[in-house]
Amino acid sequence: MSKDLLTYDRRHYGMDHDRYEWSMLQDRKPVTWPGGKPLALWINISIQHFPLSGEKPTVVPPGALTMPYPDLRHYTLRDYGNRVGIYRLLQVMERYGASPSLAISGALVARYPQLLERLAQTPYEWLGHGWNMLSMHAGEVDPEVEADWIAKTRAALSSCSDRSITGWLSPGRIQTANTPELLVKNGFTYQCDWVNDELPYNFRTAAGEMTCLPSCLELDDVFVLTQNLHSEDSFAQQVIDAADLLITEGREQGGRLLSLNLHPWLVGQPHRIRTVREILEALLVQRSDTIWHSAPAAIIEAAKT
Amino acid sequence: MSAATQNAELALYDYAPYEGRPKLSWPNGARLAFWVAPNIEFYELDPPANPHRQPWPHPYPAVPGYSIRDYGNRVGHQRQMAVLDKYGVRGSISLSAALCEHHPEIIALCAERNWEFFSHGIYNTRYTYGLTEAQEREMIEDAMDTIERAVGQRPAGYLAPALSHSNHTIDLFAEAGGIYTCDLFHDDQPTWVKTRSGRPFVSIPYSLELNDTIAYVVQKMEPRRYGEIIRRAFDQLYEEGEESGTVMCIPTHNYQVSCPHRLRAFEEALEYVTGHSDVWVTTGREIAEYTLAHCSDQIKGGEGSAP
Repeated sequence: MSKDLLTYDRRHYGMDHDRYEWSMLQDRKPVTWPGGKPLALWINISIQHFPLSGEKPTVVPPGALTMPYPDLRHYTLRDYGNRVGIYRLLQVMERYGASPSLAISGALVARYPQLLERLAQTPYEWLGHGWNMLSMHAGEVDPEVEADWIAKTRAALSSCSDRSITGWLSPGRIQTANTPELLVKNGFTYQCDWVNDELPYNFRTAAGEMTCLPSCLELDDVFVLTQNLHSEDSFAQQVIDAADLLITEGREQGGRLLSLNLHPWLVGQPHRIRTVREILEALLVQRSDTIWHSAPAAIIEAAKT
Repeated sequence: MSAATQNAELALYDYAPYEGRPKLSWPNGARLAFWVAPNIEFYELDPPANPHRQPWPHPYPAVPGYSIRDYGNRVGHQRQMAVLDKYGVRGSISLSAALCEHHPEIIALCAERNWEFFSHGIYNTRYTYGLTEAQEREMIEDAMDTIERAVGQRPAGYLAPALSHSNHTIDLFAEAGGIYTCDLFHDDQPTWVKTRSGRPFVSIPYSLELNDTIAYVVQKMEPRRYGEIIRRAFDQLYEEGEESGTVMCIPTHNYQVSCPHRLRAFEEALEYVTGHSDVWVTTGREIAEYTLAHCSDQIKGGEGSAP
């Protein structure tokens, strides 16, 4: 028997752990974004490798293979994102002058050098996104194994670009008890996995402080379209409704942040890409006077001032 | 718990067909009693394992589940509170009692608005399952004492933590001084609940169908459809309320309804409901107290209860 069902070791003021301080968004000093705009927009594209393997991940991330080996159906649908979807998505981003960040599986560097070359030619910020979508940072992973995943992801991405890589998004936005420390030890200064806020905040690790920049799950394309099974039109509507609410709040209470996470294997499909165009049209064109569109490191920096 | 008690059909209330019931009259001739029940919960990052129900689907630390619920308290609470303020709705909070200790700032904001606090256990990661009757009594009283110390008033209502029950739950809550339960979903009007102490005790409708978490997580609704089902439920209960008073509750969670892509649908629904005359915008406690004071005979149901 584990701890007693009526024993409460951490029933006291604040959080029941030491990772961050308790505070409510509305009670903090208001954030001012560049140009005095009420809303910052962060678009991230998660570029993922799902290995063709009979191995089951310890925690199943969205989009994982589900069938007995060889699950060609899901494997190729995910690979579609890295062959077709990403190029379609990049063209739309470039057409609208967007500046998304790119969260990339480290394993793609050796697998698809042409893809990485194309990504390196963009001016976009990169984030580590784990080694692949089987290397789940969850539960009882050996810390040495986990440290190796993080180090080799960083090394792989750094091998094809001299850009500074300081951010991390774990596959499936999950962590082990050691992930934050291992990230700091490997030179990462921010992570995006804890979805408990709408602005960046200080996150403690035994290896020093880092920032958490929450990547919104509830408006993630995979969550809305494949988990909630909402239509493409509804997805666009929800993103725009969120932007409008946050713009109103941002005017009245201080800068707000909208984070939008997209997957090439999903919204890079021909029947869905139009939705991305509609979202960018609504946010970057129609609301250009109220939205400051930027990338994570700049958003974190601006939130400090 | 013996096999016999595991199979006992609980005799909580008498059957009463919706047709032909004695009339319920709400204050000032209102047709419908309307209340909003924000669940303000604390989920532990590292709760003890319960042999009957796992608190989290992921291994420790369950970042996905924990962090979105923390979002509710950090971001969502004040956002929802501002909307309720705008439409003159006092929340009836389904409260994880330990939140009085973890986040007293939230309690203070609600108390200064004269919101109601009812008990939702200690933590939403602690279940009734596996507790002896004495332990369950201790948990129920601990929650009531904690809330009473924080807000100066003993809770009147109970929604068992994470909807986890024993077959003593309602008896124990009545014996601890409670007068209403939100755990029964059998009706659109208050019902007399029979407890072993025989104390006056009533079930107040708290709709799982209109609960935002059921709508968004279980039924995976689009936000605007959620707003639409609230309006449809209101239209029907408002129409029926002309004959005899009905109750409508919207149970919410600050990590669901307050997400920026969802709040507008909720706000439009609130605007619609509160824009009607003859709606008693109230709290769970006020409905329970009024019902017990003025309608006890009408809500008992069963043989011989017809007018």
